[in-house]
Amino acid sequence: MRGFAFADGEGFVPPSTADFNLPPVFGHNEYTTKPIFLVLLSVVLISSFFIVASRKALVVPTKLQFAGESVYGFVRNSIGEEIIGHEFMRFVPFLFTLFTFILTNNVFGIIPLLQFPAMSHVSFPYVLAIFSFVIFHWVGIKKQGLGKYLKGIAFMPGVPKFVYILLTPIEIATFFLVRPLTLSLRLFANMFAGHLLLLVFIMGGDHLLKGVIGLKIIAPFAFAFGIGMTFFEFMVQCLQAYIFTLLTALFIAGALSDEH
Amino acid sequence: MKGTLNLVGYGLSAIGPAIATGMIFAAYISGVARQPEARSVLQPIAFLGFALAEALALFGLVLAFVL
Repeated sequence: MRGFAFADGEGFVPPSTADFNLPPVFGHNEYTTKPIFLVLLSVVLISSFFIVASRKALVVPTKLQFAGESVYGFVRNSIGEEIIGHEFMRFVPFLFTLFTFILTNNVFGIIPLLQFPAMSHVSFPYVLAIFSFVIFHWVGIKKQGLGKYLKGIAFMPGVPKFVYILLTPIEIATFFLVRPLTLSLRLFANMFAGHLLLLVFIMGGDHLLKGVIGLKIIAPFAFAFGIGMTFFEFMVQCLQAYIFTLLTALFIAGALSDEH
Repeated sequence: MKGTLNLVGYGLSAIGPAIATGMIFAAYISGVARQPEARSVLQPIAFLGFALAEALALFGLVLAFVL
């Protein structure tokens, strides 16, 4: 980087974690940052969209009703029914809320003007993971009773006795530590890395435009890559919303089944 | 340009989970290709395995930030 002559005489400052700490919108109140407004906006958007889409349900659906129903049908059939089984209807509202909320907030990352995925702040995925953690344990305790549920976790049936020395700590750590942590961190890491990736290409292209003529020619390629990566990000954002909901459904299904 | 060696270490440590994830989905795909009706049985197993394998990569990511 040092060797290139830039007009402003400065080297390229690569985007870093500092780019995620956006300043407050109103004065110095740190509860009014952009991610908070994005989350509020997503709640308004999702609820108004599905209220409008489902208000006048017709046998021959309108385009709007069809759009709403296909999202609902996707969550209900391919996540709820296929994974959880015959008791799935109880959990569809939760899974559906989870899916649409994560999806909308993720896709905000590539919508012009908004362009910030709220889930790249780790606190939002933490809250969602706590919800799913509490629910799947609650479901298991309610279904099997506290003692039997914990025994099922700690002492997996059908294993030779001496293996429990190894297996019990691993299983307990998996259920109470690894599952909620990885559930939230997977979403966070993907959104964080994706946003950083877009920043690298767009800010890098912007910086190349300030360079000598040879670098100006390269700049469009950086922007083109940025656009390509935006589509890639869209795929990742949808996939992460799906995986988060799918894993929550899997955990619920595991808590419901007797010998998980 | 400044940076930290932690990220290089994280890159190296992510090789293992990357190979594991690839192998899990390769097995899942070939299983479904051989027996398409086994899809609903294999899918939860594949995704649970994938979640476990990716957990290692995510711990590495956290350590790359923390240390």
